[in-house]
Amino acid sequence: MTRKVKERMTRKARISRRTFTAGLTATGIIAGTAPFNIVRAQTAALKVGVLLPRSGAQAGIGQDCQRGVDITPALLKDLGLPNLSIMNADTETNVEVARARAEKLINDGAQLLIGAFDSGQSTAIAQVAEQKGIPYVINIAAAPQITEQGYKFVFRNFPTAGMILGDAFANQKEIFAATGAAPKTVVFMHVNDTFGTAMKNGIGAVMPKFDMPYKIVETIAYDPTARDLSVEISKAKATGAEALLMVSRLNDAILLTREMVKQRWTPMAVLSMGPGWYEDQYLKTLGKLSDGPLSFVPWYDPNKPLSKKLQAALAKSFPDINLNTNHVYTFEALLIAADAFKRAGSADPKALADAIRATNITANVSPGPGIQFDAKGQNDKLKDSAIQNRGGQLVTVAPKVAANAKVEWPLKLYDKR
Amino acid sequence: MPAEIYLNVAVGGLLTGLVYGLMALGLSVIFGVVRVVNFAHGEMMTIAMYIAIVLFAAFRLDPLLMMVPIAAVLFALGYVMQAGLINPFINRPEHSQFILLVAVALIIVNVLLMIFGPDAQSVQTSYSFDSFALGPLIVDATKAYAAAAAIVVAAALFAFFRLTSVGTAIRACADNYTGALVVGLDVKRLYALTFGLGTACVGAAGAMLVLFIDVTPALGPVYTLLAFVIVITGGLGSMPGALLGGVLIGLTEALAGLFFTPSAKSMFAFGILVLVLLFRPQGLLGKRAA
Repeated sequence: MTRKVKERMTRKARISRRTFTAGLTATGIIAGTAPFNIVRAQTAALKVGVLLPRSGAQAGIGQDCQRGVDITPALLKDLGLPNLSIMNADTETNVEVARARAEKLINDGAQLLIGAFDSGQSTAIAQVAEQKGIPYVINIAAAPQITEQGYKFVFRNFPTAGMILGDAFANQKEIFAATGAAPKTVVFMHVNDTFGTAMKNGIGAVMPKFDMPYKIVETIAYDPTARDLSVEISKAKATGAEALLMVSRLNDAILLTREMVKQRWTPMAVLSMGPGWYEDQYLKTLGKLSDGPLSFVPWYDPNKPLSKKLQAALAKSFPDINLNTNHVYTFEALLIAADAFKRAGSADPKALADAIRATNITANVSPGPGIQFDAKGQNDKLKDSAIQNRGGQLVTVAPKVAANAKVEWPLKLYDKR
Repeated sequence: MPAEIYLNVAVGGLLTGLVYGLMALGLSVIFGVVRVVNFAHGEMMTIAMYIAIVLFAAFRLDPLLMMVPIAAVLFALGYVMQAGLINPFINRPEHSQFILLVAVALIIVNVLLMIFGPDAQSVQTSYSFDSFALGPLIVDATKAYAAAAAIVVAAALFAFFRLTSVGTAIRACADNYTGALVVGLDVKRLYALTFGLGTACVGAAGAMLVLFIDVTPALGPVYTLLAFVIVITGGLGSMPGALLGGVLIGLTEALAGLFFTPSAKSMFAFGILVLVLLFRPQGLLGKRAA
């Protein structure tokens, strides 16, 4: 026992009646004014449960999202926003595990949930959050139905499949007009999971509205955990389509590229409307073979001041990593949480949910006017970009207002690199 | 659809199936002699794949050239595991053996996760993106090399069991355990040797598969299941059956992907398994239990 502790205990033993009464009065005053103190000072950090697929088939992307979490505290401090206490959980790329982890986080004291990159997992977490009455801010998940359930505690600052597709087709048309060339036929390949299926259905609904110059000659769905995609590429090549329209993940994007090289097939363009093709692991694994694919994705506006700050923070902590969708939208989810906590002045779930619903962050990172939510809890004002891999870097080629490079067209032959 | 695509896909399936066959051969050899089902089979293969990745990353050593040393390491691992861990369980109920090997599998997955993390890792050799064009036929070079190596390893294993005295002694243990003890064979050592040979097979297969499959710690259970499908189809305990099963499953997956939908490949592989279990429960080349 230290001397100080001993002294304190001795002092405690010598408390007089007068001291006790004074102490009791002070305690009463403090207790009486406590709620106001909490409102003003917010000494306790908001406990935020961050659910990500840190292992399993989506582990690479989950770890990438984690980088967005890692660089956030310093930026929030810079912005004068309250500190967040992060509680990490691994969904193991599994819907049922995601549901169980969300329940455990709430039982362990999480006051707000964030995650979970994948639509299936996010749907399960949304059900838990709504049932328990805990606000849930989705970082990345595009299946439209998540915000169509009438949930009161679920918010999404990420475009739905329909929004992604609408912007993708608009940006494609802009690129075709700029290059003066367009494919007449495409083969559509998609990963056969919740996201891939939602995108496939979305394409069927949205594409006719855009009068695209190409038609889809065949649709090929494949298993998200497939280890070999040679048959899929053989089938795609055999269609004779001029370009490849993709909705994929990371590992399958690498496998598909390898197979295209081996099977000596270079389409006019790879038009991706999902993750994978622009991610750092794709660029590093494939080197010069990674150049050329166009990704039509939720991205960041390189001209916004906060984008530059986020880029600098990432470069400082992870020098070899390019800023991407995973970092941007995970950061913005935490930004929304901190901003709402500041305005709510409380960790009360209902007050937090009300504050999130009233969000109006114009100094943000993602393209568009800023972060606001509609009555369904969806940020319906988000805009997407078209980006292209160029020598291990990513450049924005459309829309023109947010572009910093001109598109390279068509895809350079794989055997001539 | 152009006719050559069927040939291309069938050749690809055949080549992959041969490597699958070698992987399953190890499982079949172990069960055929030791009568223990190795539920950590796929996980052991991932160990071999990670060894190949480390050797390539550190010294640029080609996994195909490293196939023999990697198989030797896995042989040692299998030998020690059988001698030290599995032998006490040989006469225990099957569920004890099952739990033991499932526990080993879980430990392997988690240790690999701690060491290498969850990201997919791969080996990119100078010929990783090569292919041979034979008229309209395009053959993946890595798959061709791996399949050729699988044939050589399988042939060496067959020769060992048929032409050497140790191989004959192992077969004697498999045929008649009590008889082998009576004639004075060191059954425990032979069992350890057999388990080592089985894991060496899966080690060699891992060194080949890493050329065209990205490895993650979670890969093990997928390949354990695949090995089971193959050996049950070919005949549990039958070495030629394992190779035949591998080729059959490789071809089925490839052609099902082409004729139907690629996402239903595994469904067709399991369909073959169900048909075999219904109409030839002992497997295509397996012996009916007496």
